[in-house]
Amino acid sequence: MDTNQGTPAMMDDTLPLSRTADGGPRIDCRNIEVFYGEARAIHEVSMSFPDRAVTALIGPSGCGKSTFLRCLNRMNDTIENCRVEGQILMDGENINDPDVDPVLLRSRVGMVFQKPNPFPKSIFDNIAYGPRIHGLANGREDLDAIVEKSLRRAGLWEEVKDRLAAPGTSLSGGQQQRLCIARAIAVQPEVILMDEPCSALDPIATARIEELIDELRNRYCIVIVTHSMQQAARVSQRTAFFHLGNLIELGDTNQIFTNPREKRTEDYITGRFG
Amino acid sequence: MSEHIVSAYSEELERLSSDIMKMGGMVETMITDASLALVSNDLELAKKVVARDPLVDAIESDAERQIVSLIARRQPMGHDLRMILSAMKISSELERIGDLSKNIAKRTQRLDDHVNAEMRNAIMRMAQPVSRQLNNVLNAYAAGSADKAKAVWESDDDIDNHYNSVFREMLTYLVEDPRRITAGAHMLFMAKNLERIGDHCTNIAEFVYYQVVGDYLSELERPKQEQL
Repeated sequence: MDTNQGTPAMMDDTLPLSRTADGGPRIDCRNIEVFYGEARAIHEVSMSFPDRAVTALIGPSGCGKSTFLRCLNRMNDTIENCRVEGQILMDGENINDPDVDPVLLRSRVGMVFQKPNPFPKSIFDNIAYGPRIHGLANGREDLDAIVEKSLRRAGLWEEVKDRLAAPGTSLSGGQQQRLCIARAIAVQPEVILMDEPCSALDPIATARIEELIDELRNRYCIVIVTHSMQQAARVSQRTAFFHLGNLIELGDTNQIFTNPREKRTEDYITGRFG
Repeated sequence: MSEHIVSAYSEELERLSSDIMKMGGMVETMITDASLALVSNDLELAKKVVARDPLVDAIESDAERQIVSLIARRQPMGHDLRMILSAMKISSELERIGDLSKNIAKRTQRLDDHVNAEMRNAIMRMAQPVSRQLNNVLNAYAAGSADKAKAVWESDDDIDNHYNSVFREMLTYLVEDPRRITAGAHMLFMAKNLERIGDHCTNIAEFVYYQVVGDYLSELERPKQEQL
Protein backbone atom coordinates (compact mmCIF):
# COMPACT_ATOMS: atom_id res chain seq x y z
CA MET A 1 0.00 0.00 0.00
CA ASP A 2 2.91 2.35 -0.55
CA THR A 3 1.67 3.45 -3.94
CA ASN A 4 -0.17 6.40 -2.53
CA GLN A 5 2.82 7.95 -0.88
CA GLY A 6 5.13 10.36 -2.63
CA THR A 7 8.67 10.98 -1.48
CA PRO A 8 8.70 12.42 2.01
CA ALA A 9 10.19 15.70 0.79
CA MET A 10 7.44 16.16 -1.70
CA MET A 11 4.81 15.49 0.91
CA ASP A 12 6.30 17.82 3.45
CA ASP A 13 6.59 20.99 1.42
CA THR A 14 2.87 21.63 1.42
CA LEU A 15 1.80 20.47 4.83
CA PRO A 16 -1.41 22.35 5.40
CA LEU A 17 -1.07 21.98 9.12
CA SER A 18 0.83 24.78 10.85
CA ARG A 19 -1.36 26.34 13.44
CA THR A 20 -2.47 23.56 15.72
CA ALA A 21 0.22 20.96 15.39
CA ASP A 22 -0.34 20.25 19.08
CA GLY A 23 -3.62 18.54 18.22
CA GLY A 24 -5.71 21.26 19.85
CA PRO A 25 -9.20 22.02 18.56
CA ARG A 26 -9.24 22.98 14.92
CA ILE A 27 -12.89 23.94 15.00
CA ASP A 28 -14.79 25.03 18.06
CA CYS A 29 -18.60 25.16 17.90
CA ARG A 30 -20.52 27.03 20.56
CA ASN A 31 -24.28 26.83 21.01
CA ILE A 32 -25.05 26.03 17.42
CA GLU A 33 -28.71 26.21 16.51
CA VAL A 34 -30.04 25.62 13.03
CA PHE A 35 -33.53 26.56 11.91
CA TYR A 36 -35.35 25.63 8.74
CA GLY A 37 -37.94 28.40 8.78
CA GLU A 38 -39.54 28.05 12.19
CA ALA A 39 -38.45 24.47 12.74
CA ARG A 40 -35.36 24.01 14.84
CA ALA A 41 -33.17 21.24 13.45
CA ILE A 42 -30.22 21.62 15.82
CA HIS A 43 -30.54 22.47 19.51
CA GLU A 44 -27.64 24.34 21.06
CA VAL A 45 -24.84 22.00 20.14
CA SER A 46 -21.39 22.80 21.48
CA MET A 47 -18.46 20.65 20.55
CA SER A 48 -15.00 20.98 19.13
CA PHE A 49 -13.11 19.06 16.49
CA PRO A 50 -9.46 18.33 17.19
CA ASP A 51 -6.81 18.54 14.52
CA ARG A 52 -5.32 15.33 13.19
CA ALA A 53 -8.16 13.18 14.36
CA VAL A 54 -11.31 11.71 12.88
CA THR A 55 -14.56 12.63 14.59
CA ALA A 56 -17.58 10.58 13.58
CA LEU A 57 -21.13 11.92 13.80
CA ILE A 58 -23.69 9.15 14.17
CA GLY A 59 -27.40 9.02 14.80
CA PRO A 60 -30.67 8.01 13.17
CA SER A 61 -31.94 9.67 10.01
CA GLY A 62 -33.13 13.19 10.66
CA CYS A 63 -31.11 13.56 13.85
CA GLY A 64 -29.32 16.60 12.48
CA LYS A 65 -25.86 15.16 11.98
CA SER A 66 -25.63 16.14 8.30
CA THR A 67 -27.16 19.54 8.97
CA PHE A 68 -24.57 20.08 11.67
CA LEU A 69 -21.75 18.91 9.41
CA ARG A 70 -22.87 21.33 6.72
CA CYS A 71 -22.58 24.22 9.20
CA LEU A 72 -18.84 23.67 9.31
CA ASN A 73 -18.25 24.99 5.80
CA ARG A 74 -21.42 27.06 5.51
CA MET A 75 -23.09 24.71 3.07
CA ASN A 76 -26.36 25.59 4.76
CA ASP A 77 -25.99 29.11 3.31
CA THR A 78 -27.17 27.68 0.03
CA ILE A 79 -30.45 26.49 1.51
CA GLU A 80 -33.20 29.07 1.48
CA ASN A 81 -34.77 29.90 4.86
CA CYS A 82 -32.04 28.02 6.70
CA ARG A 83 -30.60 30.00 9.60
CA VAL A 84 -27.55 29.12 11.69
CA GLU A 85 -27.00 30.65 15.11
CA GLY A 86 -24.13 30.37 17.52
CA GLN A 87 -20.43 30.59 16.95
CA ILE A 88 -18.18 28.38 14.87
CA LEU A 89 -14.59 29.31 15.46
CA MET A 90 -11.93 28.03 13.16
CA ASP A 91 -8.50 28.89 14.46
CA GLY A 92 -10.23 31.50 16.58
CA GLU A 93 -12.07 33.14 13.70
CA ASN A 94 -15.85 33.04 13.39
CA ILE A 95 -16.57 31.44 10.03
CA ASN A 96 -20.01 33.04 9.90
CA ASP A 97 -18.56 36.58 10.01
CA PRO A 98 -19.90 38.64 7.11
CA ASP A 99 -16.37 39.32 5.87
CA VAL A 100 -15.49 35.62 5.60
CA ASP A 101 -15.67 34.55 1.96
CA PRO A 102 -17.57 31.24 1.88
CA VAL A 103 -15.70 30.15 -1.25
CA LEU A 104 -12.37 30.60 0.46
CA LEU A 105 -13.74 28.96 3.57
CA ARG A 106 -14.74 25.92 1.55
CA SER A 107 -11.24 25.59 0.18
CA ARG A 108 -10.02 25.41 3.77
CA VAL A 109 -12.85 23.08 4.75
CA GLY A 110 -13.21 20.53 1.97
CA MET A 111 -16.20 18.28 1.61
CA VAL A 112 -16.85 14.84 0.22
CA PHE A 113 -20.41 13.74 -0.42
CA GLN A 114 -22.39 10.54 -0.27
CA LYS A 115 -22.50 10.13 -4.02
CA PRO A 116 -19.22 10.65 -5.85
CA ASN A 117 -19.66 13.84 -7.86
CA PRO A 118 -16.70 14.36 -10.16
CA PHE A 119 -16.93 17.32 -12.53
CA PRO A 120 -17.75 16.34 -16.11
CA LYS A 121 -14.11 16.91 -16.98
CA SER A 122 -10.92 14.94 -17.23
CA ILE A 123 -9.36 13.31 -14.19
CA PHE A 124 -6.58 15.89 -14.39
CA ASP A 125 -8.95 18.84 -14.56
CA ASN A 126 -11.04 17.56 -11.69
CA ILE A 127 -7.99 17.99 -9.47
CA ALA A 128 -6.53 21.03 -11.21
CA TYR A 129 -9.73 23.06 -11.12
CA GLY A 130 -9.50 24.17 -7.49
CA PRO A 131 -5.80 25.05 -7.45
CA ARG A 132 -6.33 27.03 -10.67
CA ILE A 133 -9.19 29.19 -9.41
CA HIS A 134 -7.50 29.72 -6.06
CA GLY A 135 -4.23 30.58 -7.77
CA LEU A 136 -2.27 27.90 -5.94
CA ALA A 137 -0.16 26.82 -8.92
CA ASN A 138 2.64 28.72 -10.62
CA GLY A 139 2.54 27.37 -14.11
CA ARG A 140 1.95 24.00 -15.62
CA GLU A 141 4.75 22.12 -13.88
CA ASP A 142 3.53 23.21 -10.52
CA LEU A 143 0.00 22.20 -11.40
CA ASP A 144 1.20 18.77 -12.59
CA ALA A 145 2.93 18.33 -9.26
CA ILE A 146 -0.18 19.29 -7.30
CA VAL A 147 -2.32 16.88 -9.32
CA GLU A 148 0.10 14.03 -8.83
CA LYS A 149 0.54 14.70 -5.15
CA SER A 150 -3.19 14.94 -4.53
CA LEU A 151 -3.88 11.74 -6.43
CA ARG A 152 -1.10 9.97 -4.59
CA ARG A 153 -2.38 11.14 -1.27
CA ALA A 154 -5.83 9.89 -2.20
CA GLY A 155 -4.36 6.52 -3.16
CA LEU A 156 -5.48 6.84 -6.78
CA TRP A 157 -2.30 7.80 -8.65
CA GLU A 158 -1.16 4.32 -9.62
CA GLU A 159 -4.58 3.52 -11.03
CA VAL A 160 -5.00 6.67 -13.15
CA LYS A 161 -1.55 8.03 -13.95
CA ASP A 162 -1.70 6.71 -17.51
CA ARG A 163 -5.10 8.15 -18.29
CA LEU A 164 -5.28 11.54 -16.70
CA ALA A 165 -7.10 12.89 -19.75
CA ALA A 166 -9.93 10.37 -19.39
CA PRO A 167 -13.18 11.75 -17.98
CA GLY A 168 -13.53 11.51 -14.20
CA THR A 169 -16.87 9.87 -14.71
CA SER A 170 -15.20 6.91 -16.46
CA LEU A 171 -13.81 5.70 -13.15
CA SER A 172 -15.49 3.15 -10.89
CA GLY A 173 -17.59 4.42 -7.97
CA GLY A 174 -14.84 3.87 -5.43
CA GLN A 175 -12.27 5.51 -7.69
CA GLN A 176 -14.60 8.45 -8.28
CA GLN A 177 -14.93 8.90 -4.55
CA ARG A 178 -11.16 8.88 -4.13
CA LEU A 179 -11.01 11.37 -7.01
CA CYS A 180 -13.35 13.62 -5.06
CA ILE A 181 -11.15 13.26 -1.99
CA ALA A 182 -8.08 14.10 -4.13
CA ARG A 183 -9.97 17.12 -5.45
CA ALA A 184 -10.69 18.27 -1.90
CA ILE A 185 -7.07 17.78 -0.89
CA ALA A 186 -5.71 19.66 -3.92
CA VAL A 187 -6.64 23.07 -2.48
CA GLN A 188 -4.73 22.38 0.73
CA PRO A 189 -7.63 22.27 3.13
CA GLU A 190 -7.24 22.08 6.88
CA VAL A 191 -10.45 20.23 7.50
CA ILE A 192 -12.18 17.53 5.45
CA LEU A 193 -15.88 16.91 5.93
CA MET A 194 -17.31 13.62 4.72
CA ASP A 195 -21.02 13.02 4.45
CA GLU A 196 -21.53 9.26 4.24
CA PRO A 197 -18.64 8.89 1.82
CA CYS A 198 -18.97 5.12 1.51
CA SER A 199 -22.68 4.51 1.44
CA ALA A 200 -22.66 4.06 -2.35
CA LEU A 201 -19.58 1.85 -2.37
CA ASP A 202 -18.96 -1.88 -2.09
CA PRO A 203 -16.98 -3.28 0.87
CA ILE A 204 -13.65 -3.32 -0.99
CA ALA A 205 -13.97 0.28 -2.16
CA THR A 206 -15.16 1.16 1.34
CA ALA A 207 -12.08 -0.42 2.87
CA ARG A 208 -9.89 1.61 0.49
CA ILE A 209 -11.57 4.84 1.56
CA GLU A 210 -11.26 3.87 5.21
CA GLU A 211 -7.58 3.13 4.76
CA LEU A 212 -7.26 6.53 3.10
CA ILE A 213 -9.11 8.28 5.94
CA ASP A 214 -6.71 6.68 8.38
CA GLU A 215 -3.75 8.09 6.45
CA LEU A 216 -5.28 11.53 5.95
CA ARG A 217 -5.85 11.80 9.66
CA ASN A 218 -2.11 12.35 10.10
CA ARG A 219 -2.45 15.78 8.57
CA TYR A 220 -6.09 16.88 8.62
CA CYS A 221 -8.98 17.40 10.94
CA ILE A 222 -11.61 15.01 9.58
CA VAL A 223 -15.30 14.94 10.38
CA ILE A 224 -17.34 12.07 9.00
CA VAL A 225 -21.07 11.49 9.06
CA THR A 226 -21.91 7.83 8.71
CA HIS A 227 -24.89 5.57 9.08
CA SER A 228 -22.62 2.63 9.62
CA MET A 229 -21.73 2.38 13.27
CA GLN A 230 -19.11 -0.19 12.40
CA GLN A 231 -17.53 2.35 10.10
CA ALA A 232 -17.60 5.01 12.80
CA ALA A 233 -16.00 2.49 15.15
CA ARG A 234 -13.36 1.59 12.58
CA VAL A 235 -12.24 5.00 11.38
CA SER A 236 -12.81 7.52 14.15
CA GLN A 237 -11.08 8.42 17.37
CA ARG A 238 -14.03 10.37 18.70
CA THR A 239 -17.71 9.77 18.18
CA ALA A 240 -20.67 12.08 18.67
CA PHE A 241 -24.18 10.68 18.89
CA PHE A 242 -27.00 12.94 17.73
CA HIS A 243 -30.68 12.41 18.36
CA LEU A 244 -33.56 14.71 17.43
CA GLY A 245 -31.23 17.62 16.83
CA ASN A 246 -29.43 17.25 20.15
CA LEU A 247 -25.90 16.15 20.81
CA ILE A 248 -26.56 13.32 23.24
CA GLU A 249 -23.09 12.03 23.88
CA LEU A 250 -19.59 12.80 22.72
CA GLY A 251 -16.68 10.64 23.67
CA ASP A 252 -13.74 8.51 22.84
CA THR A 253 -14.90 6.10 20.12
CA ASN A 254 -13.83 3.11 22.15
CA GLN A 255 -15.90 4.25 25.09
CA ILE A 256 -18.96 5.12 23.01
CA PHE A 257 -19.10 1.66 21.47
CA THR A 258 -18.16 -0.44 24.48
CA ASN A 259 -19.59 1.54 27.34
CA PRO A 260 -21.81 4.49 26.39
CA ARG A 261 -22.94 6.63 29.29
CA GLU A 262 -26.33 7.58 27.88
CA LYS A 263 -29.20 5.15 27.52
CA ARG A 264 -30.20 6.65 24.16
CA THR A 265 -26.70 6.02 22.84
CA GLU A 266 -26.78 2.46 24.15
CA ASP A 267 -30.16 1.83 22.55
CA TYR A 268 -28.98 3.20 19.23
CA ILE A 269 -25.66 1.41 18.96
CA THR A 270 -27.09 -1.91 20.10
CA GLY A 271 -30.07 -1.68 17.76
CA ARG A 272 -32.83 -1.35 20.34
CA PHE A 273 -36.12 0.46 20.28
CA GLY A 274 -35.39 3.94 21.57
CA MET B 1 -33.23 -3.24 28.89
CA SER B 2 -35.50 -2.79 25.91
CA GLU B 3 -35.76 -5.29 23.09
CA HIS B 4 -33.63 -5.30 19.97
CA ILE B 5 -35.31 -4.20 16.77
CA VAL B 6 -34.12 -7.50 15.35
CA SER B 7 -35.89 -9.86 17.74
CA ALA B 8 -33.78 -12.87 16.79
CA TYR B 9 -30.76 -11.02 18.20
CA SER B 10 -32.46 -10.69 21.60
CA GLU B 11 -33.40 -14.34 21.48
CA GLU B 12 -29.82 -15.35 20.75
CA LEU B 13 -28.50 -13.32 23.65
CA GLU B 14 -31.13 -14.76 25.94
CA ARG B 15 -30.25 -18.26 24.88
CA LEU B 16 -26.59 -17.59 25.57
CA SER B 17 -27.22 -16.22 29.03
CA SER B 18 -29.62 -19.01 29.87
CA ASP B 19 -26.98 -21.54 28.79
CA ILE B 20 -24.51 -19.86 31.11
CA MET B 21 -27.07 -20.10 33.91
CA LYS B 22 -27.68 -23.74 33.10
CA MET B 23 -23.96 -24.42 33.20
CA GLY B 24 -23.75 -22.55 36.50
CA GLY B 25 -26.53 -24.67 37.94
CA MET B 26 -24.79 -27.85 36.84
CA VAL B 27 -21.44 -27.02 38.38
CA GLU B 28 -23.18 -25.85 41.53
CA THR B 29 -24.71 -29.31 41.85
CA MET B 30 -21.33 -30.86 41.11
CA ILE B 31 -19.65 -29.09 44.04
CA THR B 32 -22.50 -29.85 46.41
CA ASP B 33 -22.62 -33.49 45.38
CA ALA B 34 -18.86 -33.85 45.43
CA SER B 35 -18.67 -32.62 49.00
CA LEU B 36 -21.70 -34.71 50.02
CA ALA B 37 -20.11 -37.76 48.44
CA LEU B 38 -16.96 -37.07 50.38
CA VAL B 39 -18.53 -36.50 53.75
CA SER B 40 -20.86 -39.51 53.48
CA ASN B 41 -18.37 -41.65 51.57
CA ASP B 42 -20.98 -42.15 48.86
CA LEU B 43 -18.99 -43.51 45.94
CA GLU B 44 -22.02 -43.79 43.67
CA LEU B 45 -22.68 -40.10 44.07
CA ALA B 46 -19.00 -39.37 43.41
CA LYS B 47 -19.28 -41.33 40.19
CA LYS B 48 -22.28 -39.28 39.15
CA VAL B 49 -20.32 -36.09 39.68
CA VAL B 50 -17.57 -37.38 37.40
CA ALA B 51 -20.13 -38.37 34.79
CA ARG B 52 -21.65 -34.91 34.76
CA ASP B 53 -18.46 -33.14 33.72
CA PRO B 54 -18.66 -33.92 29.98
CA LEU B 55 -22.14 -32.37 29.93
CA VAL B 56 -20.72 -29.14 31.30
CA ASP B 57 -17.95 -29.23 28.73
CA ALA B 58 -20.52 -29.72 25.98
CA ILE B 59 -22.45 -26.62 27.02
CA GLU B 60 -19.23 -24.66 27.13
CA SER B 61 -18.27 -25.55 23.58
CA ASP B 62 -21.78 -24.87 22.40
CA ALA B 63 -21.71 -21.47 24.11
CA GLU B 64 -18.42 -20.74 22.42
CA ARG B 65 -19.93 -21.50 19.01
CA GLN B 66 -22.87 -19.25 19.78
CA ILE B 67 -20.48 -16.47 20.74
CA VAL B 68 -18.40 -16.74 17.58
CA SER B 69 -21.56 -16.64 15.53
CA LEU B 70 -22.94 -13.64 17.44
CA ILE B 71 -19.75 -11.67 16.93
CA ALA B 72 -19.56 -12.54 13.24
CA ARG B 73 -23.20 -11.93 12.41
CA ARG B 74 -24.38 -9.27 14.85
CA GLN B 75 -21.27 -7.16 15.44
CA PRO B 76 -22.30 -6.54 19.02
CA MET B 77 -21.78 -3.13 20.60
CA GLY B 78 -22.15 -1.62 24.05
CA HIS B 79 -23.74 -3.78 26.73
CA ASP B 80 -24.35 -6.59 24.23
CA LEU B 81 -20.64 -6.73 23.46
CA ARG B 82 -19.73 -6.79 27.12
CA MET B 83 -22.36 -9.44 27.84
CA ILE B 84 -21.02 -11.68 25.09
CA LEU B 85 -17.39 -11.29 26.10
CA SER B 86 -18.30 -11.94 29.72
CA ALA B 87 -20.26 -15.04 28.73
CA MET B 88 -17.19 -16.35 26.97
CA LYS B 89 -15.01 -15.82 30.01
CA ILE B 90 -17.59 -16.98 32.53
CA SER B 91 -18.28 -20.19 30.64
CA SER B 92 -14.63 -21.13 30.74
CA GLU B 93 -14.45 -20.30 34.45
CA LEU B 94 -17.47 -22.53 35.04
CA GLU B 95 -15.89 -25.27 33.00
CA ARG B 96 -12.82 -25.09 35.24
CA ILE B 97 -15.02 -25.23 38.34
CA GLY B 98 -16.63 -28.34 36.88
CA ASP B 99 -13.20 -29.91 36.35
CA LEU B 100 -12.10 -29.14 39.88
CA SER B 101 -15.32 -30.57 41.33
CA LYS B 102 -14.86 -33.67 39.24
CA ASN B 103 -11.34 -33.94 40.58
CA ILE B 104 -12.65 -33.83 44.16
CA ALA B 105 -15.09 -36.62 43.33
CA LYS B 106 -12.34 -38.69 41.74
CA ARG B 107 -10.13 -38.30 44.76
CA THR B 108 -13.04 -39.28 47.00
CA GLN B 109 -13.15 -42.60 45.17
CA ARG B 110 -9.48 -43.18 45.95
CA LEU B 111 -9.61 -42.55 49.69
CA ASP B 112 -8.64 -45.47 51.87
CA ASP B 113 -9.88 -46.55 55.31
CA HIS B 114 -7.43 -44.42 57.22
CA VAL B 115 -9.47 -41.30 56.67
CA ASN B 116 -11.44 -40.24 59.70
CA ALA B 117 -14.67 -38.30 59.86
CA GLU B 118 -12.91 -35.15 61.07
CA MET B 119 -10.84 -35.07 57.91
CA ARG B 120 -13.94 -35.40 55.76
CA ASN B 121 -15.72 -32.74 57.78
CA ALA B 122 -12.82 -30.33 57.47
CA ILE B 123 -13.18 -30.39 53.68
CA MET B 124 -16.94 -30.17 53.97
CA ARG B 125 -16.66 -27.06 56.13
CA MET B 126 -14.61 -25.43 53.45
CA ALA B 127 -16.90 -26.56 50.65
CA GLN B 128 -19.85 -24.76 52.17
CA PRO B 129 -18.59 -21.18 51.80
CA VAL B 130 -17.22 -22.03 48.37
CA SER B 131 -20.64 -23.26 47.25
CA ARG B 132 -22.13 -20.12 48.72
CA GLN B 133 -19.68 -17.97 46.74
CA LEU B 134 -20.65 -19.76 43.56
CA ASN B 135 -24.32 -19.44 44.35
CA ASN B 136 -23.93 -15.75 45.08
CA VAL B 137 -21.98 -15.00 41.95
CA LEU B 138 -24.50 -16.88 39.82
CA ASN B 139 -27.25 -14.85 41.46
CA ALA B 140 -25.29 -11.70 40.67
CA TYR B 141 -25.08 -12.85 37.06
CA ALA B 142 -28.77 -13.67 36.85
CA ALA B 143 -29.74 -10.35 38.41
CA GLY B 144 -27.15 -8.38 36.45
CA SER B 145 -26.10 -6.88 39.76
CA ALA B 146 -22.72 -5.17 40.00
CA ASP B 147 -23.15 -4.75 43.77
CA LYS B 148 -23.71 -8.45 44.33
CA ALA B 149 -20.75 -9.25 42.10
CA LYS B 150 -18.55 -6.86 44.04
CA ALA B 151 -19.64 -8.44 47.32
CA VAL B 152 -18.54 -11.85 46.08
CA TRP B 153 -15.28 -10.41 44.87
CA GLU B 154 -14.61 -8.88 48.27
CA SER B 155 -15.33 -12.01 50.26
CA ASP B 156 -12.78 -14.30 48.65
CA ASP B 157 -10.59 -13.69 51.67
CA ASP B 158 -12.89 -15.83 53.78
CA ILE B 159 -12.19 -18.75 51.53
CA ASP B 160 -8.48 -18.17 51.64
CA ASN B 161 -8.68 -18.13 55.43
CA HIS B 162 -10.67 -21.35 55.41
CA TYR B 163 -8.10 -22.92 53.17
CA ASN B 164 -5.26 -21.96 55.45
CA SER B 165 -7.02 -23.35 58.50
CA VAL B 166 -8.02 -26.60 56.75
CA PHE B 167 -4.46 -26.97 55.58
CA ARG B 168 -3.14 -26.68 59.13
CA GLU B 169 -5.84 -28.91 60.54
CA MET B 170 -5.14 -31.59 57.95
CA LEU B 171 -1.45 -31.54 58.85
CA THR B 172 -2.27 -32.29 62.47
CA TYR B 173 -4.21 -35.42 61.43
CA LEU B 174 -1.30 -36.56 59.31
CA VAL B 175 1.15 -35.98 62.12
CA GLU B 176 -1.06 -37.99 64.46
CA ASP B 177 -1.09 -41.00 62.18
CA PRO B 178 1.28 -41.29 59.22
CA ARG B 179 -0.91 -44.00 57.67
CA ARG B 180 -3.27 -41.20 56.76
CA ILE B 181 -0.69 -39.58 54.51
CA THR B 182 -1.94 -41.00 51.20
CA ALA B 183 -5.53 -40.02 51.85
CA GLY B 184 -4.39 -36.79 53.45
CA ALA B 185 -2.48 -35.82 50.33
CA HIS B 186 -5.65 -36.33 48.31
CA MET B 187 -7.55 -34.23 50.76
CA LEU B 188 -5.03 -31.42 50.69
CA PHE B 189 -5.58 -31.36 46.95
CA MET B 190 -9.32 -31.25 47.51
CA ALA B 191 -8.87 -28.24 49.74
CA LYS B 192 -6.65 -26.65 47.15
CA ASN B 193 -9.30 -27.35 44.49
CA LEU B 194 -11.93 -25.66 46.60
CA GLU B 195 -9.66 -22.69 47.09
CA ARG B 196 -9.20 -22.52 43.31
CA ILE B 197 -12.96 -22.70 42.82
CA GLY B 198 -13.22 -19.69 45.09
CA ASP B 199 -10.76 -17.86 42.84
CA HIS B 200 -12.81 -18.77 39.77
CA CYS B 201 -15.88 -17.36 41.49
CA THR B 202 -13.95 -14.15 42.04
CA ASN B 203 -13.07 -14.07 38.35
CA ILE B 204 -16.70 -14.59 37.43
CA ALA B 205 -17.59 -11.71 39.75
CA GLU B 206 -15.14 -9.53 37.83
CA PHE B 207 -16.74 -10.42 34.51
CA VAL B 208 -20.24 -9.82 35.84
CA TYR B 209 -19.10 -6.45 37.10
CA TYR B 210 -17.53 -5.63 33.73
CA GLN B 211 -20.65 -6.72 31.90
CA VAL B 212 -22.89 -4.53 34.03
CA VAL B 213 -20.74 -1.47 34.64
CA GLY B 214 -18.25 -1.51 31.79
CA ASP B 215 -15.32 -0.90 34.14
CA TYR B 216 -12.83 -3.30 35.62
CA LEU B 217 -12.79 -4.28 39.27
CA SER B 218 -9.20 -3.49 39.95
CA GLU B 219 -7.12 -6.18 41.54
CA LEU B 220 -5.47 -3.50 43.64
CA GLU B 221 -8.53 -2.55 45.59
CA ARG B 222 -9.06 -5.88 47.19
CA PRO B 223 -7.23 -6.55 50.44
CA LYS B 224 -5.55 -9.85 49.74
CA GLN B 225 -3.70 -12.01 52.22
CA GLU B 226 -0.68 -14.03 51.38
CA GLN B 227 -1.66 -17.63 50.89
CA LEU B 228 0.19 -20.90 51.06
